[in-house]
Amino acid sequence: MKYVDEFRDPEKAKFLLREIDKIVAAIASERDRPISIMEVCGGHTHSIFKYGIETILPDAIELIHGPGCPVCVLPMGRVDDCVALAEMPNMIFTTFGDAMRVPGSRKSLMQARAEGADVRMVYSPLDALELARQNPEKEVVFFGLGFETTMPSTALTILQGEADGISNFSLFCNHITIIPTIKAILDSPDLQLDGFLGPGHVSMVIGTDPYRFISEHYKRPLVVAGFEPLDVLHSVWMVLKQIAEGRAEIENQYNRIVPDDGNNVALESVSKVFQLREFFEWRGLGSIDHSGVRVRDAYAAYDAEKKFSVPAIKIADPKSCQCGEVLKGVIKPWDCKVFGRACKPETPLGALMVSSEGACAAYYQYGDIEKIHETTDAA
Amino acid sequence: MTNLETAENGTTRRRRRDRINVPTVTLAHGGGGKAMRDLIDDVFVSAFDNPSLAPLEDQARFYLADLAGHGDRLAFTTDSYVVSPLFFPGGDIGKLAVCGTINDLAVGGAVPLYLSCGAIIEEGVEVDTLRKIARSMADAANDAGVQIVTGDTKVVDRGACDKLFLNTTGVGVIRTGIDLAASNVESGDVFLVNGVLGDHGAAILNARGDMALSTPIESDCAALHDLIHSLLDACSSVRFVRDATRGGLATVLNEVAEASEVGIQIQEDKTPIRDEVKGFCEILGLDPLYLANEGKLVCAVAEEDADKALAAMNAHKHGRGSVAIGRAVAERPGRVVMETVFGGRRIVDMLVGEQLPRIC
Amino acid sequence: MCLGIPGQIVEITDKTRKLGLVDVSGVKREVNLACIVNEEHPVADCVGDWVLVHVGFAMSRIDEAEAAETLKILEQLGEVQDELAAMRASAEALGKAS
Ligand code: SF4
Repeated sequence: MKYVDEFRDPEKAKFLLREIDKIVAAIASERDRPISIMEVCGGHTHSIFKYGIETILPDAIELIHGPGCPVCVLPMGRVDDCVALAEMPNMIFTTFGDAMRVPGSRKSLMQARAEGADVRMVYSPLDALELARQNPEKEVVFFGLGFETTMPSTALTILQGEADGISNFSLFCNHITIIPTIKAILDSPDLQLDGFLGPGHVSMVIGTDPYRFISEHYKRPLVVAGFEPLDVLHSVWMVLKQIAEGRAEIENQYNRIVPDDGNNVALESVSKVFQLREFFEWRGLGSIDHSGVRVRDAYAAYDAEKKFSVPAIKIADPKSCQCGEVLKGVIKPWDCKVFGRACKPETPLGALMVSSEGACAAYYQYGDIEKIHETTDAA
Repeated sequence: MTNLETAENGTTRRRRRDRINVPTVTLAHGGGGKAMRDLIDDVFVSAFDNPSLAPLEDQARFYLADLAGHGDRLAFTTDSYVVSPLFFPGGDIGKLAVCGTINDLAVGGAVPLYLSCGAIIEEGVEVDTLRKIARSMADAANDAGVQIVTGDTKVVDRGACDKLFLNTTGVGVIRTGIDLAASNVESGDVFLVNGVLGDHGAAILNARGDMALSTPIESDCAALHDLIHSLLDACSSVRFVRDATRGGLATVLNEVAEASEVGIQIQEDKTPIRDEVKGFCEILGLDPLYLANEGKLVCAVAEEDADKALAAMNAHKHGRGSVAIGRAVAERPGRVVMETVFGGRRIVDMLVGEQLPRIC
Repeated sequence: MCLGIPGQIVEITDKTRKLGLVDVSGVKREVNLACIVNEEHPVADCVGDWVLVHVGFAMSRIDEAEAAETLKILEQLGEVQDELAAMRASAEALGKAS
């Protein structure tokens, strides 16, 4: 596969690992704790586990798996709203496969489907629009979820729906924005992060400028990173180099995909259709100001929240859940009291156990279980 | 259960009835009366036509002496088939129902001999569809040298099943001296597969059309008993054979690791997956190790026999592309670890539920 | 978050709706091209483009030169390391000889 296989070349990885070792050897001795680098994006978390990148990095580097899994951070109340929408009569509720198993307070979309709701998995919001076209007598709601990467696709789908005069299609908008979230993490008092891997695909939409505050205000390096394993290693090396040289800059490792000024068409469509919400509730992190978007009034006809009444009840995260601390890198997943016990992929208590990109599920499924057992058995 | 066809002493056969002339199945065809007999005759009996069918009794009958000629133990298995769509690139539910049950017998070292066929039909299904599927079953059975000797048909209300469910039960005889079991694997043994993985799972997902993708991927649906017997003939240290159906390679390996209390190490770059299946999985965020196969087996042999076993497998038409993918080790008993193309390691765990396409 | 995969546009299927067929390792899917077209690069010119596909949308045109550049940097790392290793080896050899 072009642009894929070249970036999975283990030979080049060896070069990088040697350089990484050198830097780590030089700077680790002056430190009393590991070098912590957060990958903001769940896609990176996935790559890191899929390719076993942690198993080849020196121990002195600790990767902290950040909040960038839109499925994981979805609050339970929102899932309940989805179920309520899906169970309305005459409804086809469409979603990405990711959201099917996320537990609500009563049930997941998967369970709702088993009980008779017409819930369908689609690959693209355009497929949901197509379903609306084919089923004019039904209402079709698309569950819009994801960061800036996915926003343009739903925005453009709404614009297409409007152009085609389709009136039985609407969006249940749960899109979230990355910048306020990184800020919230950086502001947390117990944080110990030395640098960031920036979300590659979000950046291809928003560009690299929005991250400036991280280097300027918080004095942390951020490298926008691609998703193939060489990309991840290369970016780790770039972050380490900045640390070693005392720099804190925004760099772009993924410039084959990410233009520094982002994608204009995409951004225009987003600002045409969406506006910032005052705040958005995140699972594990609580409410974060301006961290979500809603459909603008001009497109109210395509806004499922306006078109239908959703219960919108806030459900608190379970008390035993320590997702917030894991997200911020304060504790490791297996340090959570319920990890692997009450909270497992089959029966997730916390958000991070829900999708394979959540740090807890990733450790549970791919991780170094022996290490985990040692810790949990000792506890 | 009724027998498919009447015959006096298995020689004279009951007069074949005319083709039924309604286009779709109705509840009347399930009523036990003439309509049902006609449907069975037209669809199944005419397709499964074979001389050794037993008389029209409620059971098929065969001589113990005939069975004993093949080995010293009976193998007996059943499986139900509920695939949607009924027809897909590379096969259909009928072929699947025959090959699947043959494979379940064969992976135990059995020579597959007889199958039953239970059909649960949703009213409204076209009779022609059933004819095609029955023909496909008959062809698959003929190719494999097994006979479909008894069966049952039920027609249910619309919505009570999805067009057609099939059940096939199989009887075979295990060759003397063969003892294959997932618990036989020893540290050092080498794991082999008979070709590219994930074709069936990808073909079915694609054939459902929900993801609007188009691919040339076909199901690998095939009966593997002949291949397995070639392998057993060539190599005396075969520990176990499993067909990597639902849950794919990853699931089989996990079951074996647990049953044999060994660790299993596989190498990603040795695990054969065709480019289209890779592309398909990249787009939908799936892991090909968990995709179903219907014509792929996994087995383990003693290290010194691996080349011999591979040569025997590669010489067979269903074994071209057989390769060694990994080995059993003493470390981490019960765990499957994959060395990634990138030189890292990751655990290959059991799947929690069904694999869903993802965008994240 | 945000699974994206490189593919090549092989056909324009609907010019007004800006739709085209993308090929990923022999798997084809219709995708929306709106985000990768502009006045300089109209829909008709997209055939042959390598793009990053996310949920049915081509989100970015892949910059071939940048991709090659990234790989070159890594290769050069290797060359430098090899040189260093060679120098070290010859220094050692010299050391032994003396
Ligand atoms: S183990 Fe469960 S509850 Fe604990 S942090 Fe992980 S996901 Fe949250």
